[in-house]
Amino acid sequence: MSVDTTMAEKRSLFTPFNIIAGIILIAGLIVTVMRFTVGLGAVTNLDQNNPWGIWIGFDLMCGVALAAGGYTTSAACYVFGLKKFHSGVRPAILTAFLGYALVVFALHYDVGRPWRLPYPIFVQQGTTSLLFEVGLCVFLYLTVLFIEFTPALFEWLGMKKIRNVVVKLTLALTIFGVVLSTLHQSSLGALFTIVPSKLHPLWYSQYLPVFFFVSSICAGLSMVIFEGTLSHKPMHHLMDEEYLSNHDGLVLGFAKAASLVLFGYFSIKLIGLAYDNNWHYLTTGYGAWYLVEMLGFVALPSFLYAIGVRDKNITLIKWAAGLTVLGIVVNRFNISMIAFNYQLPSAERYFPSWGEITISLFVVTIGVLVFRFITTRMPIFYVHPDYKDEH
Amino acid sequence: MLRRTFLGLLGAAGASVALPVSATAGGKKFGPHPDTKGVLFDATRCIGCRKCELACNEVNELPAPDMPFDDLTVLETRRRTDEKTYTVVNKYQGKTGPVFRKSQCNHCLEPACASACFVKAFKKEPNGAVTYDASVCVGCRYCMVACPFSIPAYEYDEPLTPRVMKCTMCAPRLAEGKLPGCVEKCPKEALTFGPRAELIKIARERINTYPERYVDHVYGEHEMGGTSWMYISGEPFSEIGLREDLGTQSAPELTAGALAAVPIVVGLWPVLLGGIYAVTQRNAKIANDERVAAVKDALKRAGEKAEQKLHEELGKAEQNSQRRIEVEVKKAVEEALAPKAEDAETNEEES
Repeated sequence: MSVDTTMAEKRSLFTPFNIIAGIILIAGLIVTVMRFTVGLGAVTNLDQNNPWGIWIGFDLMCGVALAAGGYTTSAACYVFGLKKFHSGVRPAILTAFLGYALVVFALHYDVGRPWRLPYPIFVQQGTTSLLFEVGLCVFLYLTVLFIEFTPALFEWLGMKKIRNVVVKLTLALTIFGVVLSTLHQSSLGALFTIVPSKLHPLWYSQYLPVFFFVSSICAGLSMVIFEGTLSHKPMHHLMDEEYLSNHDGLVLGFAKAASLVLFGYFSIKLIGLAYDNNWHYLTTGYGAWYLVEMLGFVALPSFLYAIGVRDKNITLIKWAAGLTVLGIVVNRFNISMIAFNYQLPSAERYFPSWGEITISLFVVTIGVLVFRFITTRMPIFYVHPDYKDEH
Repeated sequence: MLRRTFLGLLGAAGASVALPVSATAGGKKFGPHPDTKGVLFDATRCIGCRKCELACNEVNELPAPDMPFDDLTVLETRRRTDEKTYTVVNKYQGKTGPVFRKSQCNHCLEPACASACFVKAFKKEPNGAVTYDASVCVGCRYCMVACPFSIPAYEYDEPLTPRVMKCTMCAPRLAEGKLPGCVEKCPKEALTFGPRAELIKIARERINTYPERYVDHVYGEHEMGGTSWMYISGEPFSEIGLREDLGTQSAPELTAGALAAVPIVVGLWPVLLGGIYAVTQRNAKIANDERVAAVKDALKRAGEKAEQKLHEELGKAEQNSQRRIEVEVKKAVEEALAPKAEDAETNEEES
């Protein structure tokens, strides 16, 4: 470890990664200044008909869905007793915590008066609003994720007593986390149950909350596989024997689950289609796009996962995971932007501005940098030497 | 012990399921508010003079428009309400000539904006107006997403203190006993202010008196659960920019199902997950016990087997040695007897 860090210090700061990250950070800061001095109108393509753009559609909708790895992994390990997934819990919790923290961070750009974000919880509660549910759950779950993450922090800081107290809370925190995740993953979908007139019938359904919840499980499982793939190379020297030896087993187990849940998701989407009798829309342009989403990003990855598990083909599984992650982004984009306001003439439809794209990249970059900062310092991919003999 | 905790949790879940459902259901107060005021717009009377726009601008002290209000060429392009304009009149092509339709907040009986707002910045007043309180607004713009009529507008160019802007039905003027600005100014009495129930009667009367002049429908009587602002027209409503596919369900009805699921999840999930946890723990314990027992058993059996084998081996060895002894003895006896036999033979030969 110490050898590695000294090597990193010696290496030039101007790696391609750092240069690109640096450019994005500078551009992001410029847009930040513009947002808070000139206003949303200057940096976004939002208008009176399209109040929500990619800062909601990507940063919030996708951010939350892709952070679902936290509750799925910890539930699998602690509630369902799949102890062999233990080494996957910490990376997943950290990813989820950072994901939610960044969602809240990104919201500061989008809402008009960000310092009032605590208002719905502490000043005046609009309990009839599904956004209230989203806000309350995100607030509580961010707290839960932070507590779930702290053992790694305390181990790094050498604070043994408090670390052991937090570890004792694991099961309660996990169950609380699953409850909160269920609620606000689904309530993000439920946000749109209020607009049957604005969301295309192929995507509008009273079952939207269920669709969002079930697809978040697919997202969580796939994101753990996908994120493991991404961090495998740059973080390999930090991963201990246990993590590495369990990794393939975890990937196979998660792939099997993802294949099944995707199949289940496909089925309930079909039920939704039949329930609202929307078959005739399938022959329209939106219908074609709907079929692309359902066949290309739900049925196909489910099938690829199944083959991957049967053949123990880790590479295929990783591709399936990437496809599923992309599929979640497609789905959340469809509901929040593409199929939303479908009734408007094309000239009044929304397309993100460069300022919006810059901020979204800025947020993702910050996430990657913080993830790297934490994983190179704290026991995330390895067991801290003081706690080797536990579990 | 485990079973008792489980039952306890189950009871708690049952209670939590029973309580908050009725609490959220308490938010569903559908149906007409008898005292609610409203405005009836008659498209057959409107001449598109934009006097209502002017009045609205003055009464609400809104910024001056780019083009003066007496410039009627703006009617050629379709406009919507925005942060500087609470109401607009648009021109549509009717069967016999141009038709004009005023658009502004419809002040729903069960407003989507109020139902969607997570700080309760919107409020349906007893007099019918849906008002907005900027002092709590966070600026999330969910109200704009939620409004089926796409009315609320946002001050996108305000970096730090943006507000959501929409028609207030001149609530401050109503409080003083005055008419809404637009209603007062309308030269053609295309706008009628009054108790909502009265307005529906007036509308029906006009439709019944001149059935050839009107479409037999009061737009807003039932749309989205009913609105305070209503319309009658000689043209189909979809021809004058009013969607006819909104349905009669109010916004709270649309979201009631999703909200009702919250207490179910809060009550049911811990029980379910706790149960699954208990089962997996029990399974693990049983599996562990079985493993320990199996190991013990295997050891025991191996021991027995070994002992038996030893016994057998010992027995065999004893047998072997016995046999060897016997052989040896036999050999020795034979050897011992051999000279005697030789002697006997020689004796025989000699004799």
